[in-house]
Amino acid sequence: MTLLGLLECEPSHGYDLKRDYDTFFSRGKPLPFGQVYATLGRLARDGKIVIGEVEPGVGPERKRYVITERGATEVESWLTEPVEAEPNLQTVLFTKVVLALMLDRPAEEYLDRQRAAHLRRMKELTEIRRGGDLVDTMLADHGLFHLEADLHWIDTTVARLDALRKVVRR
Amino acid sequence: MKAIEAREVHLSFGETPALRGASVAVAPGEIVAIMGPSGSGKTTLLHCLAGILVPDAGEIHFDGRRIDTLNEHQRSVLRRDQFGFVFQFGQLVPELTAEENVALPLLLSGVKRAAALEQARPWFERLGLAGLQRRRSGELSGGQAQRVALARGLVARPGALFADEPTGALDSLTGEQVMDLLVASAREQGTTVVLVTHEARVAAYADRQVIVRDGKVNALVHS
Ligand SMILES: Nc1ncnc2c1ncn2[C@@H]1O[C@H](COP(=O)(O)OP(=O)(O)O)[C@@H](O)[C@H]1O
Ligand SMILES: [Mg+2]
Repeated sequence: MTLLGLLECEPSHGYDLKRDYDTFFSRGKPLPFGQVYATLGRLARDGKIVIGEVEPGVGPERKRYVITERGATEVESWLTEPVEAEPNLQTVLFTKVVLALMLDRPAEEYLDRQRAAHLRRMKELTEIRRGGDLVDTMLADHGLFHLEADLHWIDTTVARLDALRKVVRR
Repeated sequence: MKAIEAREVHLSFGETPALRGASVAVAPGEIVAIMGPSGSGKTTLLHCLAGILVPDAGEIHFDGRRIDTLNEHQRSVLRRDQFGFVFQFGQLVPELTAEENVALPLLLSGVKRAAALEQARPWFERLGLAGLQRRRSGELSGGQAQRVALARGLVARPGALFADEPTGALDSLTGEQVMDLLVASAREQGTTVVLVTHEARVAAYADRQVIVRDGKVNALVHS
């Protein structure tokens, strides 16, 4: 979707797409060329982009990719739709707490460890945000708010452990 | 040697035990966040560390010196000369201009007015408050007032800065600004900071976090 979005800005070449992607979105994990072309191939097959004329004399990479009406519509609805909130971590933590209580293990200690890990990550992100540009700040903020939400859940769960223990241990 | 330390501190308000054997040590120049749910005893612990409250039992040490056994007058001199404070609501003196508020700790320690205002001046540039020197607190936004309070807390180059929910009354963006400035200024001066907050995002600015629960301090277990 990111590559499609970049093509919505303007028609582009594979090499330039990769460069733009790496500049704004990869955060230190450059996108492999193979993946760029695989994605472009898939988008072309699905009719979301078309491959423009090959520019003469400059090798296989000089194909120009252009977004189609269909592709543009998809970008638009992707932008408009809110992203589903990630329930994954919550599920893992929840499973861990419930299992710990069932097995009579120190759930509070596990949660304290998790809190420490969360805070350590939040500290890293805070440092990135203090030294970084606006893009770094925004990405770090996203992480920080999510981790903060997890911490609220952890705090509430710690406060409810006794009640929860009664529920899960019959 | 620890810059600030509480050892097994107990303190009750009448029948209510607020601290029940709280211990914490802060190294010189370290920034430590005290976290925990509301009512857990964070503010009480901060007030004990800062010599505002005297524990019923236990000891408080600052810079190698026991301070909980000092009398009221000695503690107030210690606070004036060694400690800076920032509270949730800036608590600026409304009758004074912003620069007079910043200069206040110096004026109270007997620095001449012109010299005190001279020392206060660079803080306005540093904290992005240029041009607001003559405003009164009613004419400042929440974030501006809190930055003035921060300048006041640090102007006398205290050995320790005590901050109780310094961003509690601010929106998150303004709060981040205040924290950025607080941390940067404290590091520049080598000031030890004890920061009370219930917000993880604010605590994440500290070098280390401890949690107060039921009047006791849990150091975080890092696995
Ligand atoms: N001046 C006071 N008089 C009576 N009780 C107090 C006073 N200050 C705090 N308490 C009580 O002591 C406990 C700890 O309060 P406090 O240190 O303010 O917690 P926190 O800052 O973590 O919210 C609470 O139960 C609170 O009601
Ligand atoms: Mg408090």
